[in-house]
Formats: sequence, structure tokens, C-alpha cells
Amino acid sequence: MRSNLGFFSDEKFRSIFFQTLVVGLFALGLFFVISTTSYNLEKRNIATGWSFLQNPAGFDISFSPFLEFKSTDTHLKVYFVGVLNTLLVSITGCIAATILGFILGIVRLSSNWLLSRLVYIYVEFSRNVPLLLQIILWYSILIQLPRVKQSLQVLDVFYISNRGLYSPRPIFESGFSYVLIAIVLALISSFLINRWAKKRQDKTGQQFPVFSSSIGLIFIIPLILFFILGSPLSFEHPELKGFNFKGGLVIRPEFIAMFLALSIYTAAFISEIVRAGIMSVSKGQREASAAIGLKQTWIMRLIIIPQALRVIVPPLTSQYLNLTKNSSLGIAVGYADLVHGFGGISLNQTGQAIECMAIVMATYLSISLTISFFMNIYNRSIQFKEK
Amino acid sequence: MKKLLSIFAVVAFAFSAHAGTLDDVKNRGFLKCGVTTGLAGFAAPDDSGEWAGLDADMCRAVAVAVFGDRSKVEFITTTGKSRFPTLASGEVDMLARNTTWTISRDVNLGFEFVGVNFYDGQGFMVPSALGVSSATELDGATVCIQTGTTTELNLADFFRLNGISYEALPIETNDEGKENLFAGRCDVYTTDASGLSSTRAAASNPDKWVVLPEIISKEPLGPLVRHGDHQWGDVVRWSLNAMIIAEELGITSENVDAQTSSNVPEVLRLLGVEGNYGEMLELSNDWAYQIIKQIGNYSESYEANVGPDTPLEIARGLNALWTQGGILYAPPFR
Repeated sequence: MRSNLGFFSDEKFRSIFFQTLVVGLFALGLFFVISTTSYNLEKRNIATGWSFLQNPAGFDISFSPFLEFKSTDTHLKVYFVGVLNTLLVSITGCIAATILGFILGIVRLSSNWLLSRLVYIYVEFSRNVPLLLQIILWYSILIQLPRVKQSLQVLDVFYISNRGLYSPRPIFESGFSYVLIAIVLALISSFLINRWAKKRQDKTGQQFPVFSSSIGLIFIIPLILFFILGSPLSFEHPELKGFNFKGGLVIRPEFIAMFLALSIYTAAFISEIVRAGIMSVSKGQREASAAIGLKQTWIMRLIIIPQALRVIVPPLTSQYLNLTKNSSLGIAVGYADLVHGFGGISLNQTGQAIECMAIVMATYLSISLTISFFMNIYNRSIQFKEK
Repeated sequence: MKKLLSIFAVVAFAFSAHAGTLDDVKNRGFLKCGVTTGLAGFAAPDDSGEWAGLDADMCRAVAVAVFGDRSKVEFITTTGKSRFPTLASGEVDMLARNTTWTISRDVNLGFEFVGVNFYDGQGFMVPSALGVSSATELDGATVCIQTGTTTELNLADFFRLNGISYEALPIETNDEGKENLFAGRCDVYTTDASGLSSTRAAASNPDKWVVLPEIISKEPLGPLVRHGDHQWGDVVRWSLNAMIIAEELGITSENVDAQTSSNVPEVLRLLGVEGNYGEMLELSNDWAYQIIKQIGNYSESYEANVGPDTPLEIARGLNALWTQGGILYAPPFR
């Protein structure tokens, strides 16, 4: 029996109808939000526009390791300082979390009962305590370190206090660039040697000591060059002058707290991902490789890990994204990241909340999409290639 | 579709178009007043959990003016950063939160400062063990500074002007500042001198801390409301003025009843015995009488919260009446 709904019983019509309805409602909602916002901004005499970016900031940012920042610089520069600080803690955090996570994931599977239990406790603790609390915990511990005048001296050149970790700063003199060039050339040639050796091994079965020859190229040759050129590198040592250490490199407790909390927290998740990845490789693979007489470490490196990576990489990508986004919690301890500097102080001093937040959001979105892009490329490269 | 859009526009308009704030407050039955997260002497919960302080009194005075009842206030805590969005969005009806009156806040942020309830200036506090006697000796020091404040900008200016360097340690609240200063993470804490006194009073051993003599800025602190609602602005402005005028006229919470039979015309006008000033503000005619009766005049509020007999020990200084060497001055009540 045909229904008397006519057109509505047509599947094609129905699908177009509902899709149009949803898009229409969404557009209407968007229009509602934008019109209300602009109406209210105007009514409350709140300034709008982007010209504030060129105005002098008027405040100082003390943690800016890559750019010199003065209070006469613009809000735009505040933004760049923030982006760099966000990237700094995110990238170092991702690297540390990955290394720690892989080690812990493998240890968790070890047959040593005590080790695997300890990792279990670590994972359950750091996964289940809010990250914000962990950041504050680390910071509270760090500011209880000795005061700057009573700094702990380590190895005669490092100083530890609640103002941070001070270390000598390397000063590159003329000629050091040759050493750098040598290192870059060595890296490239090691890579080429690696490819060549692999090809040769595939063809002839002959092996080549890739690892030791690469070490020789990357470390020994530049080192010899370094001494031939008369050691073109000196160090500026931190010195306690007045209130603070002058000179040297300093790593602030705000950064250390963020770095520790982010990498320890994320490493717990990564270790579980790694464990799941390794366990996803069927037991037969391990037994088969043992049967043909491969060493334990080789089984892991050549058989298990490459297959596990296919399972590991997609969720690993989302952990990198999480870590980057979580770095915005730096505001809790005054770490001068994007949200704290541009999305906080600039926003508050100019009052242009919508513009600042829009820029901050767009920036996080771009960073996240960039990470996804590269991780997807990597993911494709390790996927099982069907021939 | 066009019709639908215009309906939406009208709805949007209706949502955002307020009745006056005064009517909103009256309909709601209590005042929402934005205060600090806790700054002794200005706004902080006392031993019994009641909000007390100069700013808290300002909130209560407005509540008394509107409702005749000092308890009709909800105190909403705001940080240096959240205060302006909180006021702009209508979360609070007014701010009495140690906020400095500046041109950009008055004009660009869309607020209206209605007066000054405390004339302050930015100072520095250091541990006395540091042996520093002037702010110009602070070259290279680490300075704790609340973000999003005028003090942050003044600090940068002061060090730039004197050609000395510093490291800023940004903090969000006064409590964070205390924690970092007491732990030695920063050498110096800078904020309004009154805030320093308040922080010092809260230290376990106040003598270990010294406030340096330099006052590097003008910080007129006062209540503010949203720009454009002049009726509400008038209510808050004159609640403050009433307390100042009461001090000028010598009316206190104790003698206010006797003063209703005074023969001074301005006293009678203020207390609502003569004239209809309450009606002009759309308040009851005894609004100012109630403020003085329930809160007291400016001097009483000052002495009880921040004056020399309190832990803050702040002398009247600039905050004395204009007739007594200060600059506190209210327009005439007529």
C-alpha cells in the first residue's frame, strides 16, 4: 500500500530535505550567535577590530628563550613569544613522553613481577589524577627548593634553586659553523649508508656495520675537526650577582613543572598504547622468530615492534594532540605560553576577548592539524604494504 | 526565509536588550557585587564567614540604598582577569574590587567608574633581610606581579625609566603572590600599597617584611558599572558620595537618628527629611539614612577595615577629607 505522504515517501527527497534542514538550522544558529554578539559588543561600547595587535604591549615577559622581548614590543610579538613557548613545552613534552612511554610499555610486559607491578602503579596513578593537580604538585615541590642565595651547586657549573636550573651557556665562536656543517653532512651520509647497506643485505645477505660507522661519522669526525679548528667554543658561566644569577642558561621551574607533569602524565597513556600494540601481535610471530633462532632483542626490534607500530601510531597521534592542548594549563603556574601571554594578559589589557580567543583557538587548531598531518604521513609509511 | 531571519534578529534583540540594571536588581531581590578573591581590609570573609572590608561595605551600601537591607548582597569573587568580562556580561551588577580608574577601562572597555573609594599607589614589598631601602636598588630582582593589572604596566614603565632590569613572575591572585614571595621564588612583590599592607598583615611575622618608600603610580580605586546605564550608575555613585558627605557633615551610624532633627539643611536633605532626592534615584527617600545607619559614614568604614587600628595600619593620608589634608571630596547634596 502506498502511503499518502507523496514526496515524503521518496527516499532521495527525504534525504535532501533533512540535510537541507540541518544545514539551514546550523546557519541560522550561527547567524543568531554572530548577530547577538556584534549587537552586544556595540551596545556595551567594547572596541573591536585587529588594530590592537600593533599597539605596544606595555608589560614584560621574562620567559622568552627564543625572542628578545621588551615592554615596548607589540601584542603581535606577545603572540609569537607565546606560540614559541607553547611549541617548546609541547615538543619537548612529546619527545620525553614517547621515550618514557615506550620504555614503560615494554617494562610493563616484562616477566619481572616487581617491575611490571611498579609500572602498573605508576600508570594507574598518573592516568587517574587530574593533570592540573600534577602540574601544581610539581610546581609546589620545585619552589620549595633552596633559595637563590643558597643554591645547590652540582659539578661546579650547575646551580639549582627555586628560581630554576642554571647552566653554562655555550658561545659559538667563528669556525664552529664548520663543525655544524660536518655534523649535518655526517647525518646525511649515515642515512645514505643505511639505505645502501639494507639494499645490499637484501640482495646478497652481507651485513655492514651501519651503527658503528654512523657513530664514527657523526661524532668522531666533527670532534677531530673541532680540535683542529682550535676548539671554537667557550662557555658563559652563571654568576650570582645581586638578586639573581647573571649569564648562563636558565631553565625556569615553571617550565620544568609543565614539562614533568605533561610528559609523565602522557607517558602513562602512551605506555598503555604501546602495551596494547605489542600484545596485538600474535604469539605465533614471536614463537616463529624464536624457532628460526633470532635473538630476543632482534625479535622485538625486527618482528614485534614494526607490526605493533601499526596499532600504536594512530592513538599515539591523539596523545600528541592531547599533550599540546594540555600545555594550555601552563597558566596555572604562570608558564608564559600562548594562553597565558596573548590569551590572558594581552586579552585583559586590551579587553578584546573575542579577537584574542579567536586567534588562540585558530593557532591551537593549526598546530594540531600540523601534528596530525605529519603523523598521518608516518602512519601511511609504516602500514602493511600489500603487494 | 527572510521573515524567519528577521524574527530571529528580533529575538536576539529581545534577549540582549535589558531593562535597567536597577529594575533587574529590584526584581531579583538582591544585589550581585563583584569583589576580590580575598584581600583583607577590602573584601575578605571575616571570622564568622561574613564578607567584610571597604569594598564589601561599598557593596552593602548599594544594597541598603536599593533594599534598605545590608544583607541583600551576593558577593561574587573575581580575579584580576575575570573581573571585566564578569561585569560586561551582566554576571554582576557592579564591581567594588580594588580596580584602578584609567582612561582605557573607562572608555575602551565600556565601563563607567562612578567615583573613588580609595586613593592608592603602587608600592614594593621586600623581605627586610634583603637590606634594600629603595626600589631603584632592585636591579636584576625577580618581581611577583599580578597579571592583567595596571600595576603590571606601571612596573614595566618604572624599570624602563630607571634603566634597571627585572624578571617578572606572573601570578593570578594575591594568595599566589604571597606563596611565591614567602617561598623566595620572587624577591619583591609589587601591587597597590594597600594590598601590600594587607599581605604583610597576613604574614606570620610582619616585621620580616618592609614596604619600600617609593609609590610609583596613581591608583584611584573605585566602584564601576557598565557604561550606558546612567540610572544605575547614579545609584552607585551617590551611595558612595552619601558616605563621604556623611563624614563631612559629622553624621555617624550612632548619631544619625538624632541628626534627623538637625537644623542644617544639607543634613536634612541627605537623610531624606527634606526634599525628594530618593525619588529622583527611584529609591526610597531614606536611602542615605539607611546607609549611614547600617554601614556608617566613610570614616567609620575606613577605620573599621583598613585604618591605623586594624592589622593593615594604613593612615588616612590622601584618603582624608579635603578639609583635613586629603583629597576625598564629594559633590554637594542638593
